[in-house]
Amino acid sequence: MRGGSLWQLGQSITRRLAQSDKKAVSRRYFASDADLKKTALYDFHVAHGGKMVPFAGWSMPIQYKDSIIDSTVNCRVNGSLFDVAHMCGLSLKGKDCVPFLETLVVADVAGLAPGTGSLTVFTNEKGGAIDDSVITKVTDEHIYLVVNAGCRDKDLAHIEEHMKAFKSKGGDVSWHIHDERSLLALQGPLAAPVLQHLTKEDLSKLYFGQFQILDINGSTCFLTRTGYTGEDGFEISVPSENAVDLAKAILEKSEGKVRLTGLGARDSLRLEAGLCLYGNDMEQHISPVEAGLTWAIGKRRRAEGGFLGADVILKQLQDGPTIRRVGFFSSGPPARSHSEVHDESGNKIGEITSGGFSPNLKKNIAMGYVKSGQHKTGTKVKILVRGKPYEGNITKMPFVATKYYKPS
Amino acid sequence: ISSLLGEDKTQSKKEKKMALRMWASSTANALKLSSHVSKSHLSPAFSISRCFSSVLEGLKYANSHEWVKHEGSVATIGITDHAQGHLGEVVFVELPEENGSVSKEKNFGAVESVKATSEILSPISGEVIEVNKKLTESPGLINSSPYEDGWMIKVKPSNPAELETLMGPKEYT
Repeated sequence: MRGGSLWQLGQSITRRLAQSDKKAVSRRYFASDADLKKTALYDFHVAHGGKMVPFAGWSMPIQYKDSIIDSTVNCRVNGSLFDVAHMCGLSLKGKDCVPFLETLVVADVAGLAPGTGSLTVFTNEKGGAIDDSVITKVTDEHIYLVVNAGCRDKDLAHIEEHMKAFKSKGGDVSWHIHDERSLLALQGPLAAPVLQHLTKEDLSKLYFGQFQILDINGSTCFLTRTGYTGEDGFEISVPSENAVDLAKAILEKSEGKVRLTGLGARDSLRLEAGLCLYGNDMEQHISPVEAGLTWAIGKRRRAEGGFLGADVILKQLQDGPTIRRVGFFSSGPPARSHSEVHDESGNKIGEITSGGFSPNLKKNIAMGYVKSGQHKTGTKVKILVRGKPYEGNITKMPFVATKYYKPS
Repeated sequence: ISSLLGEDKTQSKKEKKMALRMWASSTANALKLSSHVSKSHLSPAFSISRCFSSVLEGLKYANSHEWVKHEGSVATIGITDHAQGHLGEVVFVELPEENGSVSKEKNFGAVESVKATSEILSPISGEVIEVNKKLTESPGLINSSPYEDGWMIKVKPSNPAELETLMGPKEYT
């Protein structure tokens, strides 16, 4: 899901590959520094050695003084603190906010217990994904959701358009976009012990997918036990004026073991966890069924529909989708987005949508789509990198086992 | 700013000014304080820093950030400290076969970092007589030692005049 469109960053860096006369990093991606938005932690990042790059219209740290590889490993050994304030948090309120949201997403929102949430997909009329999002039912009249930075304008316009129509028919729903808050993500084995130092609430009772509004380090925060790394961890929505203090407190309480971590490592971590990056692994023309997110479509929703593109999606559930998202291991250079996948006889059977070197597994990992029927684990494939085929095989995801905190 | 520029008192005013200008034009470079300057084995004639990356005397440079060390009939080629710094940690290197040939300004391989891929262009033409096999196991040598252990290929130049068209350390900087 989250992390927004890292592909935009990838495009600007890998544009170099298309330039046959130059090899160095094109300086042009620093050209519009002045137009970039800054989070509440911008100066904090710079002071900590953050290497700032443009990302979805924001100036965000891609890494700090440690390498992306070291940073990725450290998250799973100790922990990481990410600034994800570029992502967009919003609240839907009103008596009808639940049925309203159900017209736009595949989740069984009505069936969520208060204080619980889930990953979901906003769909379009063709059953494709507009964005993925973590939604939480705070109460029957309040839903809190977070959408990708790169999709903010698109998502808000989409929600607003449908909200207007819904209200014109007498529905009671309104929204509030939380631009006064900043989202931080704390992930890894030390996340819970460190955060426990900063709050009186018993975090051992907050399980994966659950939500609470509580005091952390002296300010009222929205806390969700979720993340984008596969590790146990939290996303903390803090009033922006308290964001720096909270970040400082977290780092101090961990005695330096939890490190500020940038978007470079965040992408490696989510890939290791087998999580989609909207813009790469999920797009307008890919349905949640194709993306392997059938589990996110509520049972009742599969029977009733009632969301955009339901007819297409329900048919895919019945007949099976024609393509499926799978994981790959490969030899040679790491497979990257848009690399072709061939069967052993050289016929094209699919395409890579995300790939790279896994710092924790020390091998190449990738995800992509292949024709249904060719998608079984163990299937041998050839992946084309710069025109040359390299051996690979299809594998299950996550690549690195997840450690979500669930009741035993 | 002065703390970022470091305490190197051997830097001339001109070099400090140039470094300052480069820092102002590209903040990301300023943040990448090249720790490799102290790690790599620099030749005694170590010179000016290019945005805090090291640029060595005695080598020739291409606009596309490769270096050439010409010793007798053999030319060794690699990528500069500046290039490896921008790329980030190298995870894979694609190099030509020995006995293959390379041509000036044509691509002879690729360097993959965690996030991106970059082509490597040969600064000169010639026959590849040796390829650095250590880079298969340890691609990170390009980061830790771009001018020494991270060398990529050794070439017998077919047209020595090409070396004259390359930049010296001052021009590269």
